Amino acid sequence: MKAIVTVVGKDRVGIIAEVCMQLAAFQVNVLDISQTVMQGYFTMMMAVDVSACTVPLAEFCKAMDAKGQEMGLNIRVQREDIFTAMHRV
Amino acid sequence: MLSHRDILQTRDMIDKRHLDIRTITMGISLLDCMDTDVKTCARKIYDKITRRAENLVKVGQDIEWEFGIPIVNKRISVTPIAMVGNSCETDSYVPLAIAMDEAAKTCGVNFIGGFSALVQKGFTKGDRVLIESIPEALAATERVCSSVNVGSTKAGINMDAVAWMGRIIKKTAELTADNDGLGCAKLVVFANAVEDNPFMAGAFHGVGEPECVLNVGVSGPGVVYHALQGVKGQPFDVVAETVKKTAFRITRMGQIVGVEASRRLDVPFGIVDLSLAPTPAVGDSVARILEEMGLEVCGTHGTTAALALLNDAVKKGGVMASNHVGGLSGAFIPVSEDEGMIAAAEAGVLTLSKLEAMTCVCSVGLDMIAVPGDTSAATISAIIADEAAIGMINTKTTAVRIIPAPGKVVGDRVEMGGLLGSAPVMPVHSESAEDFIARGGRIPAPIQSLKN
Repeated sequence: MKAIVTVVGKDRVGIIAEVCMQLAAFQVNVLDISQTVMQGYFTMMMAVDVSACTVPLAEFCKAMDAKGQEMGLNIRVQREDIFTAMHRV
Repeated sequence: MLSHRDILQTRDMIDKRHLDIRTITMGISLLDCMDTDVKTCARKIYDKITRRAENLVKVGQDIEWEFGIPIVNKRISVTPIAMVGNSCETDSYVPLAIAMDEAAKTCGVNFIGGFSALVQKGFTKGDRVLIESIPEALAATERVCSSVNVGSTKAGINMDAVAWMGRIIKKTAELTADNDGLGCAKLVVFANAVEDNPFMAGAFHGVGEPECVLNVGVSGPGVVYHALQGVKGQPFDVVAETVKKTAFRITRMGQIVGVEASRRLDVPFGIVDLSLAPTPAVGDSVARILEEMGLEVCGTHGTTAALALLNDAVKKGGVMASNHVGGLSGAFIPVSEDEGMIAAAEAGVLTLSKLEAMTCVCSVGLDMIAVPGDTSAATISAIIADEAAIGMINTKTTAVRIIPAPGKVVGDRVEMGGLLGSAPVMPVHSESAEDFIARGGRIPAPIQSLKN
């Protein structure tokens, strides 16, 4: 199953590294990644594969949310199908 | 492949525009809980609800995290208790309401609907006991919601029930006077009530429904409002198209959440109710959508036309997004639960008469309206009769949820708290309808052709 990770917050050194470390800790594989920095704000979107995730998906989402708070960023993990449902006929 | 724009748009809708699933409501049949002994019946009701809905809240919370979308309410609706209690040898169904309340607390849901009776054509023994029990049941419980269907297009209007409900609403307000008549916020009088409505206070599990079913109510006035801000000054064709596209997205989200929840709970998926349900939060108002179309204040001339367009476009956009649509589907206009409606009512622009006109073109009816505490039972009944007539003639659901707030006068404010919000006390006509309501009997079902 695929999920989309979005990370939004003030730019600083090491955001991608830290987020990816956390994903790896849960055995979540990054499939695609893109990021921009606009007016000092960092926006990253990642497509990830959560099939091998070591904990139930809801737990993983909570853990990433907590990680975001710890880093002073907004990190959200959402199942990919909610986006396809909303934006594709 | 998903574009950044799509992903960020969804995030924006949820974070900034109050997009949410308003409710997932599990409908549970209690037809197998009948018993001659009311205590046994109450125990069966408690056991069945807590068994069926054991995982409802947990599953809802998991889905919230996985999809990153808030599911504001998890609720339960049950078979109208007038039917379930009919076999009980008792003159009060309050113990059954208490069993429902306890079951709701055990399951962790905030409301349970179905303390209801369907009396559009007349009363059974159970209907009479239930209606008589409503004031005490709503005062003795916290989470139980009650509804009574007094009319339909096929049956006409039961004016005896209309008269009775005026008195019941007054008594309910008196018994919950400490909370500004809060009990009345949990009591709806319907015409053409639907069997699969997931929204409170009017939800009940109809007899045509399966053993257990999951219905979803979506929301998103804030998203529609924001979308319309992008088409300022453009013709109504563009407005309607914009609302349709937005409603499609909102409904798709409801569909996917409903299907997932029903799979996990192993309960059939019923319907998505395509509703724009406001909350008292700023930016989550149906009134503000109407104002965005070009009205200075909701309630002024043009409001009915604006609401008609909105209501229709929401349905058109939503229908294609879900494989089963039902419930009340349309825009809700509950005064106390909508920040813009509260402001318009307080400014004196939005009146009871205008609200009545608006109910001709939108979902449901006079909803969450506070009137002076000294409003007579007959006047409340007459308001119900007017609303039921609109529903009956136009083949639509209408409802009245009205709070004659004890001790309050026009200009005061009634505080309900939470999602129920707060309502300014609105004036009613002081001229009497006493003799009209005292007639009783039935208003015959209307002719369905020669529509003019």
